[in-house]
Order: sequence, then structure tokens, then C-alpha cells
Amino acid sequence: MELKEKLVSSFLAFENTVDVDAPIHDIRSHAIKVFEEKGFPTKKEEAWKYTSLNTILKHDYSVFPKEENALEFKDVKKYFLHDLDTYKIVFIDGKYSSHLSETTHDKIDVCLMSSALSHDKYKLVIENYFNKIAPQDGLNSLNTAFSKEGAYIYIPKNKQAEKPIQIIHFSTGKESAQMLQPRNLIVVEENSHVQIIERHQSLTDNAVLTNSVTEIFADKRAIVDYYKIQNDNQNASLIDNTYIDQQAQSVASVHTFAFGGNITRNNLNFYQKGEGIDSILNGVTIIEGKQHVDHNTLVHHTEPNCESHQDYKGIFDEKATGVFNGKIIVNKEAQKTNAFQSNNNILLSDKATINSKPQLEIFADDVKCSHGCTIGQLDENALFYMRSRGIGEKEARALMMYAFANNVLESVKIPQLKNRINKLIANKLNVNIGFDL
Amino acid sequence: MLKIKDLHASVEDKEILKGLNLNVKAGEIHAIMGPNGAGKSTLANIIAGKEEYEVTDGKIHLNGEDIEELAAEERAHKGVFLSFQYPVEIPGVTVTNFMKTAINETRKAQGLEEMPAKDMLKKIREKSELLEIDRKFLSRSLNEGFSGGEKKRNEIFQMAMMEPKLAILDETDSGLDIDALRIVANGVNKLKSPDNAIVVITHYQRLLEYIVPDFVHVLYDGKIVKSGTKELALELEEKGYDWIKEEINA
Repeated sequence: MELKEKLVSSFLAFENTVDVDAPIHDIRSHAIKVFEEKGFPTKKEEAWKYTSLNTILKHDYSVFPKEENALEFKDVKKYFLHDLDTYKIVFIDGKYSSHLSETTHDKIDVCLMSSALSHDKYKLVIENYFNKIAPQDGLNSLNTAFSKEGAYIYIPKNKQAEKPIQIIHFSTGKESAQMLQPRNLIVVEENSHVQIIERHQSLTDNAVLTNSVTEIFADKRAIVDYYKIQNDNQNASLIDNTYIDQQAQSVASVHTFAFGGNITRNNLNFYQKGEGIDSILNGVTIIEGKQHVDHNTLVHHTEPNCESHQDYKGIFDEKATGVFNGKIIVNKEAQKTNAFQSNNNILLSDKATINSKPQLEIFADDVKCSHGCTIGQLDENALFYMRSRGIGEKEARALMMYAFANNVLESVKIPQLKNRINKLIANKLNVNIGFDL
Repeated sequence: MLKIKDLHASVEDKEILKGLNLNVKAGEIHAIMGPNGAGKSTLANIIAGKEEYEVTDGKIHLNGEDIEELAAEERAHKGVFLSFQYPVEIPGVTVTNFMKTAINETRKAQGLEEMPAKDMLKKIREKSELLEIDRKFLSRSLNEGFSGGEKKRNEIFQMAMMEPKLAILDETDSGLDIDALRIVANGVNKLKSPDNAIVVITHYQRLLEYIVPDFVHVLYDGKIVKSGTKELALELEEKGYDWIKEEINA
């Protein structure tokens, strides 16, 4: 049976595990119909021209976690930012692990989607925000249909989450192949502030496919910093759909560190709905082998005096392939918009490829928009310069790659996270640089 | 220190050096002058180990060791230093971090421990004072947005940090105003010792008023065609290179 049919027919079984009388269930029932109609995207669609899901859709995925799998903290400690005090929302094979988590309801809510969906206390927030901004395409609808678990974060007015929140999804591989559909909702009210670090980690060689949807609402003057660490193993694929609604004077940033996985697709959309908004999209991609990473971004400017800054750097070795598709829409009303986009790439091998495509749709006449894209190799003169100072070739190459990615790293606001990213890069490049950038 | 014998070298099948001989002893300063296209920068790059040049014949010995097969970094570890005519901009790497990495990589190759941070800072302070370099400058990205003079001063600062046995200064005077030239020359002279040697490659005699050479060589069409003392440089300044060409062609 094809995966699509399997998923559609599994919906009946899924209904036995949830409260079908809850209002959200109408949304699920509708969504499964949309998925049935639209299915998975194919390369015929412009937005999926360079990314084919065919190879990862052919596995016989189990679509519900069947058993509770436990992990000892010591065995997975390295995937946490453990030198930093954080809230933690941890899932193992799609199920919440209270043992590894640290949630709170003290002034702010850092907890589970499953409890938010089942308790009256959260009813209003769910009604107002759940599934309000994710476009109704096949993948989002699939996730909505099976939405049951994920992170739920609610920061009321004038509150700051005192510590960052880590959201970690582990797959243990006890099932043969596994499909996961986490659903996150993050609501940050006026003048509030939150920092979130998200990671998907497979602990198995069995295939894992994650189709994740995250909706983020940043109310007036809210500040949201979201960091995504994508450093998964060869058989883990991720479709990460993130949608951000921003109200006046809010500042939202998403950093995506794409260092590994089989196929990784990031759909990252920012919807600006007020004046004085700033949206920041930063990414570093370093991949090799046959890995594939596709960044598909959208920033929609609808009101005057807003900004957006996109800076994506990519380093591709061996047969790795990358895609950057960055769309900026500036509505007629959105005068004095400053929208910047840059995508710089280094190809380390003749067989690596990157497809980079900026799309600007500008309907206002008083705006500053710029985009730049470069694709090149490491500068041989710079390498010789460094080597002539006694720095070995491997180290010189690594130093140049560090330097290339540096301004994106510089904008990471959590020092321990910056340090971790530095180490991940050093590991990837197999060098030990004598300093932290 | 440096012995070059009958060196032939080409880039992309074009022969640039055509049988060059040079003998530099410890404690000496040599100047290599010559018209554009004579092969001066090629010589500098070949000694430093740039791979795009192919040595087709001849020998390069450093302290008795054939260095032709050595990579650029290995030559640096043995004390070769090239001050670049066009220093490369490396955004994202500060001058300080670059020097720390360069020195510690070199020490590692020499079987030494990394230099303690305190000693490193002290050395950086001393050497930057020698070159009259502002401390703010050291935390800027290497050569990025530096003026021509700042780049050259930074090259000599790196030389001071690395303490090479053989320093090759490739057109270090170009792009320098007279004050910067004095600072740079003063720095080079302070670094001079009986144990090291300096090869100054230049177009003009001007730099040689400040860094006084023991020997002056004229490089023309891939060969050293004339050698003399510092007076030769003055003669070249006065008369240009045409008389040398005539002498050769006669």
C-alpha cells in the first residue's frame, strides 16, 4: 500500500486514540480530506522542483508509536544543551517523556500539545491560534489530521521565559521505520520574550520521516528567538514547516543549522501583520555525502516600516545538494520596507550542487529590497596565504569555512549554544581550531 | 641559508624563471630588483611554496635541505616567511586569532607546546608597538577593509610574530606613504639578526634607503643578470633598466 493510502486509512484507527468530540477534531477530519485530495508534493510543483520525496515515501513506516520506549539521560545527554539551565520538552518516538523533560505552569506554560488540546484551561488559546496560519497544503494538512502531540508554549503578557526551552524529538528505531508528526504551538503575548532550541535526533539506522508543523504567534513587541539544530543521521529525513505570525514591533528570529540528515526540507514562513516588525532568518548548511537540504523561505510584508533580514550560508561537499528558494512579498501598503536577502555558497566538490533562487514580488514603490547570491569555491589565494603562515591545509580550509559561516554564528544569543554549534562545525570539519569564533 | 641553483619554473606552461641562481647567507640582506614581468613575484611565491608554479629544473635548498617537495605550511614551519605583495582579505578571522593559530600550528609542527595565552598576549603587545599598530586593529578581520599601508604594516607585524629565518618581502614598499615606509623599515631592521636573512623584492630604490642591502641583484627575463652592492640600486634608479637590457643583448 502506498504511504498516502496507508495514512488515510490509518485515520480511523487514530480517531480511537483521541477525543472525537473535541472541537479540534473537526479540524482534523477536514485536514485528512485535504491531504487525501492533495497528497504529497511532487517535483511538478514549482516549490518542490529540486526536492523529491519519492525515495523517502517508499518506506513502510509505522505511523503510530506502539510502545513506550525509555531512554536513560546519560545515553542521550550529548544531544541536550546540558551546560545550560533550560526547560525541556522531550519526546521519544512521538510520545512525551516526562522522565527527560522539565516543564512548567508557573506564570508561563511550557508543556504538551496533548494536554493543551484536552484541558478546558487552554481552550481559548487553541481556538484562537491552532491551525490559523499553516497553509492548507498536503503536508500541513497531514500533520493537522494527526495532530495530537508536540510542544505547547504560552507566554502571557509582559513575561519573559527565564530560561531557554529545549524541544527534542528522539527516535529509537525499535519500530522498523517510523513516521513522526509533531505539532507545536507557541504563543508569545505582548512584550514577552522566549528562546527556543529544537532538535530532531534519530538513534537508529532505520528510516525516520518527520513531518513537523510549528505555529508561532509573536504579539506586539514580543521577542522570539528560535534555533533549529538539524544534525541527524543518514536515514533520518525531516520536513520542517514553521509559520510565524508577527504583530507590530515584534522581533522574531529563526536560525537553522542544517548539518546532516538524509533529506531535509525547511518551509519557513513569516507573516508580518503590523508596523515596525523585524524578521530575521539565518541559516548555516554544511553537508556532504548524498545529503540534501532545501531552505524554502517566505517573508510577507503587509504593513509599512518593517524589516526582514535573511542570511543563508551553505557549504556542500561530495555529492551533497542544496536548495535555497527565498521569496519576499511586499504589499502595496507596505511602504518603507527594508528587505534583505543573501545566500552564499561554497561548493567543495565538482559533484556538489546548489540551486539558489530569490523571488521578489514588490508592489510598493518606496522600499529597499536587495538580494544577493554567490556560489564559489574556497579562495586558493587565501588558502596559500594561510598556509604560508604555517597553518596546515586542512586547518586552513576549516578556518575559511568557519570564517564564512561566522556572521551567522555571531547572531546566536545563547553563548552555550554558540559554543555547541562551534563544536558541531569543528566535528564536521574534523579539525580542532584553537579558538571560538 | 638559501641556495637556489639553476631554477627553471613555469606557470601554465609558460616559462618564467629560466635558470636563476641565488645564494643568501645568514645575517645578509639581499635586494632583488628588476622590471615588471621579470619574474620577481614568481620567485617569491616559489620559495614560499605556491603550488600553481611548476619547478621544471634546478634546486632550492634551505639550510642544506631540498625544500622543493615541501608544502607551503612545512616551509613556514622551517622558518620561511613571505610578506605578500597583495595580502588576502579573510573576513571573519581576526588578526589576533589568525596569529594565534599560525604560531601554535607552527609550534605544534616543531614539537613544541602551544604558547601560553599570557605569553601570546605579551608578544602581540610588544610586536604591535614595534609596528605602531593600534590595539583595535588587532580585533578586526584580517586585512578586511585595511588600507594599502595597513595591509603592509600588518604583514611585517606577522613577520615580527613568526620570527622567520628567511623573510621575503615582496614589494612591501608599494602602497606605503613615507611615514608608513619608515615604520615598516624600522620594524624590519629591528627584526634583523645574524641568524636570519632577508630578501627584499622591490621596483624602486626608495625602500633600500631604509633597509640597506648587502647585495643587490637585477632579475631580468627569468635570470639574475647582474649583482652588486647597494650602489647598483642607485645606478638603476638613475638610469632605469634599459642599459642592463642593452648589456645583455650586446
